[in-house]
Amino acid sequence: MSKTKRSHLKNTLKESLRMALQAIRDNKLRSILTLLGITIGVFSVIGVMTAIQTLESSINSGLNVFGSNTFNVQKYPAIQMGGHTRNKYRNRKNITYRQFEELSRRAKLPLLVSVSDGRGGRSIKYKDKTGKSNLYVVGGDAWTLRLYNTFLGDGRNLTEQDVDFSRRVAVLGMDVVDQLFPFEDPMGKKFTIDGIGYTIVGVSERKGEMFGESQDNYLLIPITTFLNRYASHRTSLDISVEAPSAELYDKTREEVIGLLRVIRKVPPGEENDFEITSNDELIATFGTFTNGVKLFAIAISTIALLVAGIGIMNIMLVSVTERIKEIGIRKAIGAKRRDILFQFLAEAVFLSEIGGIAGVILGILGGNLVSLAFNIPAVIPIDWAIIALVVCSLIGIGFGSYPAWRASKLDPIESLRFE
Amino acid sequence: MSEPMISLKEITRVYDVGAEKVYALAGVDVDIHNNEYLSIMGPSGSGKSTLMNIIGCLDSPSGGLYNFEGESVHTMDDNQLASIRNQKIGFVFQTFNLLPKLTALRNVELPLIYANIPKDERMVQANLALEKVGLGDRVKHKPNELSGGQRQRVAIARALVTNPAIILADEPTGNLDSKSGEEIMKLFDELHAQGNTIILVTHEAYIAEHADRTITILDGKINTDITKHIKRDVS
Repeated sequence: MSKTKRSHLKNTLKESLRMALQAIRDNKLRSILTLLGITIGVFSVIGVMTAIQTLESSINSGLNVFGSNTFNVQKYPAIQMGGHTRNKYRNRKNITYRQFEELSRRAKLPLLVSVSDGRGGRSIKYKDKTGKSNLYVVGGDAWTLRLYNTFLGDGRNLTEQDVDFSRRVAVLGMDVVDQLFPFEDPMGKKFTIDGIGYTIVGVSERKGEMFGESQDNYLLIPITTFLNRYASHRTSLDISVEAPSAELYDKTREEVIGLLRVIRKVPPGEENDFEITSNDELIATFGTFTNGVKLFAIAISTIALLVAGIGIMNIMLVSVTERIKEIGIRKAIGAKRRDILFQFLAEAVFLSEIGGIAGVILGILGGNLVSLAFNIPAVIPIDWAIIALVVCSLIGIGFGSYPAWRASKLDPIESLRFE
Repeated sequence: MSEPMISLKEITRVYDVGAEKVYALAGVDVDIHNNEYLSIMGPSGSGKSTLMNIIGCLDSPSGGLYNFEGESVHTMDDNQLASIRNQKIGFVFQTFNLLPKLTALRNVELPLIYANIPKDERMVQANLALEKVGLGDRVKHKPNELSGGQRQRVAIARALVTNPAIILADEPTGNLDSKSGEEIMKLFDELHAQGNTIILVTHEAYIAEHADRTITILDGKINTDITKHIKRDVS
């Protein structure tokens, strides 16, 4: 392209933009109403995408609840979609401590097999002090901390002997330490929960919050001690299995599933009466959920943007009709068809771009309310923002083309006569 | 005599009205030379507006030859005609035809935008043109803040700003009181004296009087073509 041609294009674009701004300023209310549709469309998709991206970014780290090469065996799935399937799971046999012991004895491949259960809403008593009544009591074994990616801060972990002899010992989460032992060393101190006395042998490291909930508001006691106090006919345990390596993960999984089917006497050909959960599966399950929401948001905003586009076309047609005289004057003094076409296209694109930018800003603000609510870092989905603005330009061009073309085709003489 | 600036030969303009053909122009021959001061007269429906539109390159003839400074206009497409209108012709309309939202300066700047003149130069030329018509102190005013005579001056400045070959004025005093009208005609006289070529379209004899040559149109043909033999002092 020659230099003069390029400067001509630059000039034309600059003037088109100036005229577009002028036209929008001249019809403020009408312009705002028109671009509101674009704003809403862009807002809905950017808002949802931002919200999901904030969730995803924290979930990809947050859902790594289990250590690597680890999977869980439970009676119920970790994430349940829809309520009506719950009966199917309820009628399953519970996972018992005896089943765990048998699995643990017979399984050859796993690096370790661990068992746990939990009970929420407990409250802890130490001397004359009472902790908050939302404590989560975990029954587990020597492996439980490791499997939940938790490290010991002080004292010792639970041992196999603690489990074998149902000792009344406990490892505390940091929230309990904060509440009851702010100024003293908790090690060796005695406390009671639900009438049973325990001795503190260890404290775990602080884990912080996920989705706005503390990860430290728990205490760990031996699973056998836990079952003695809390077991009921509904008690079904969680079994965690860690494979020795990533290569052996699938084989380990196969072995555990096979053994459990034998132990739980599942007839051949019937499906498992237990659920296997891993990090990957949690993320995948969450993924199907977020994909659904994303598709829904895209569908909504597509419709909104389509309607907004029609609105823009409508307003541009009105604008052309109102300005027939102006078009005639411009043509008389030398505007080419292309100049008129550019002018009206620029106006349409500009209109939808302003709406789009407003939508992006509102969407990012709105979507990040989620991050505020869950106390996770804010996110700016640059890719979606760019897509949104490109789509807005396309809408402006797509729906502005016909009115602009009509304007450019107007006959100068008749346009000049138009009153 | 030198080559004419504008040469119309056998120009026709035919409109299809249903099955009938209506001749707005039925064969017009005119030569217009540089620095002529010409008026075109005729009753409404005579075809004088059609002639003006064709001379002004707003309309294309149905038949005949139109040469503008040696270029054959009758073969040109829309874009080329737009260029001619932009570079060679300055229009002055009865109803001024200014853009109401733009200031006087912006209105005068408009033809230069389409001529692809850089912004700084546009401002200089537009200001100069406004000074030339005596509105150097009104550049920031919008049309509705100006009197009728002033508006027409802005329109003339807009016509002048590209230094066109001809100024084509269609009933330029039709919407003005007689005093403003006289002032505008004086301005045209001055512009002619400075070397501009001016074509006035009018049905008022006293307006046509300002011109050196008057063509009257009747039923799409030239009726009379009279040149006054008064030597003007062009110095």
